[in-house]
Amino acid sequence: MAESHAGANRRDFIQVASTTMGVVGAACVAWPLIDQMNPAADTLALLTTEFDISGVEEGMSVTIVWRGKPVFVRHRTEKEVEEARSVDLDDLPDPEVDADRTTNPKFLVMVGVCTHLGCVPLGQKATDPKGEWGGWFCPCHGSHYDTSGRIRKGPAPSNLSVPPHEYISDTVIRIG
Amino acid sequence: MSGPNFPNPIVRWIDHRLPIFTLMHHEMHEYPTPKNLNYWWNFGSLAGIVLVIMLVTGIVLSMHYTAHVDYAFQSVERIMRDVNYGWMIRYIHANGASFFFIVVYIHIFRGLYFGSYKAPRELLWILGVVILLLMMATAFMGYVLPWGQMSFWGATVITNLFSAIPGIGDWIVTLLWGGFSVDNPTLNRFYSLHYLLPFAIVGVVVLHIWALHRFGSNNPLGIDVRGKQDSIPFHPYYTIKDMFGLGVFLIIFSAVVFFMPNAMGHPDNYIPANPMVTPANIVPEWYFLPFYAILRAIPDKLLGVIAMFAAIGVLFILPWLDRSPVRSGTFRPIFKVFFWMLLADCVLLTYLGAKPPEGVYVILARIGTFYYFFHFLILLPALSIFETPKPLPRSISQPVLGSGAAAAAAAMPKENS
Ligand code: HEM
Ligand code: FES
Repeated sequence: MAESHAGANRRDFIQVASTTMGVVGAACVAWPLIDQMNPAADTLALLTTEFDISGVEEGMSVTIVWRGKPVFVRHRTEKEVEEARSVDLDDLPDPEVDADRTTNPKFLVMVGVCTHLGCVPLGQKATDPKGEWGGWFCPCHGSHYDTSGRIRKGPAPSNLSVPPHEYISDTVIRIG
Repeated sequence: MSGPNFPNPIVRWIDHRLPIFTLMHHEMHEYPTPKNLNYWWNFGSLAGIVLVIMLVTGIVLSMHYTAHVDYAFQSVERIMRDVNYGWMIRYIHANGASFFFIVVYIHIFRGLYFGSYKAPRELLWILGVVILLLMMATAFMGYVLPWGQMSFWGATVITNLFSAIPGIGDWIVTLLWGGFSVDNPTLNRFYSLHYLLPFAIVGVVVLHIWALHRFGSNNPLGIDVRGKQDSIPFHPYYTIKDMFGLGVFLIIFSAVVFFMPNAMGHPDNYIPANPMVTPANIVPEWYFLPFYAILRAIPDKLLGVIAMFAAIGVLFILPWLDRSPVRSGTFRPIFKVFFWMLLADCVLLTYLGAKPPEGVYVILARIGTFYYFFHFLILLPALSIFETPKPLPRSISQPVLGSGAAAAAAAMPKENS
């Protein structure tokens, strides 16, 4: 500290400027080292799955794989659709109408991953517990989903997510 | 202070240029240690030895393990069946993790009872909590490696904890996974970190011991060493005592490794990972159960995650929550009672963490969680004000030698040096 403390001198400026450049440089180097952890190109290439729903009878559920995750396809009964549609939105923790969750009201397609901490909820097999609203039940920490896959009770914060999907023919859907 | 005079000329030659033998002599031989340490003081060196056991067995396991989703499970089975002594090495490593936590938890509760976190040892304590966090991360990632059902679903549930962070949560989870679910990229990076973190632990252990040797060990009376008459050299007195403790530990450890190696494990981890089916009751390894119980006790996802991390976070600020000038619980009649209550509460939470989250278990877990934080955040600060400690002995030698009744001044504030 050769010079007085009064005001910034040229040495202070050089110190601040070079420290700033050092930090910017370090951040630029750090980014590739962090971003390498993100999904690689070949992982991203597996983004769509096609599925023929004609074999899924009314009342049946099928689990398919999309991006390494289970996707539930349920061919709902009249009663299930009715239940899903007659709910008062005020009763839902994450309000969403059933019509917004399906393209074809008979077929509910959603990612079978609990929005709490990622377990696969039960309810796909006839013998599974389906929770208090007859949809799905996550055994990990007790989340109940209704026949539209909406969260009704338990720690999960939101409804089972509906993946982007479209009908590419009358019976084939493409997910992703 | 002149260094010791080593008879061996080679040692003298090296020590003159790199005084490593002098350092070892100071810190492991003549190192003055309170003469009244009881067996609860064995667990620090024991933890160090278990760390070495984990490093050695881990490095050997790596010579046979394959970190790929298609081969990981089989490579571990091959270690168990075909590799020479592989079964023994793996059982030592898997049970060693459990025993590491047993030893470290005892070590921590020792510190809680005898006030070892108080000045001037706050930083020593904080470094210890850092070691605990690193151990947890290491053990969690190690448990994923055999790629059984519990490996996979434990990894899924724990990585999903980060999705509770508002805004960037999902981005972080994708970054951790390297994909859209726990998969091969996840297994690879966990293996890389599982190899790395134990060596980071070694580094923090060095700092921990450095901080320890600045003021020396606390002791059961919690009063400072006053002079030569209060301490004895570490070697041979405590080296031999630590060796004896190690012998007892190894007997118990071997009994588990050789006669009940799967007692602390979960049978579902002998089923290969299946990303489509979650096991009926996911339970973490026993040493995570109290934290898991806290996570599940709170019905809100974000708050549950915060409470779980806060359960460890609160240990970082403990030296400033308990402001009583008396260190040892021996002289704190009310604190002593609540110490045992806290221990009972932790045992209760451990039990509840393994139970399904329903009915009475949820209610008990909520009470247990509340009590845990109540102890640290309300009780300890309040006790520091309202409790009247018992008189402290004037020095460590006094009660030990029994020279005159433990004539004692009324509780004096501890002397910080
Ligand atoms: C702090 C020290 C360590 C802890 C707490 C720890 C913990 C664990 C745990 C809990 C497992 C799962 C055991 C099972 O159920 O099969 C495991 C597996 C494994 N660990 Fe470690 N570990 C440590 C150090 C290391 C080191 C230093 C290495 C390598 C250099 C290593 C390499 C491995 C390997 C290859 C496996 C997979 C084989 C197996 O599952 O038995 N570990 N570790
Ligand atoms: S993961 Fe489904 S309730 Fe927690």
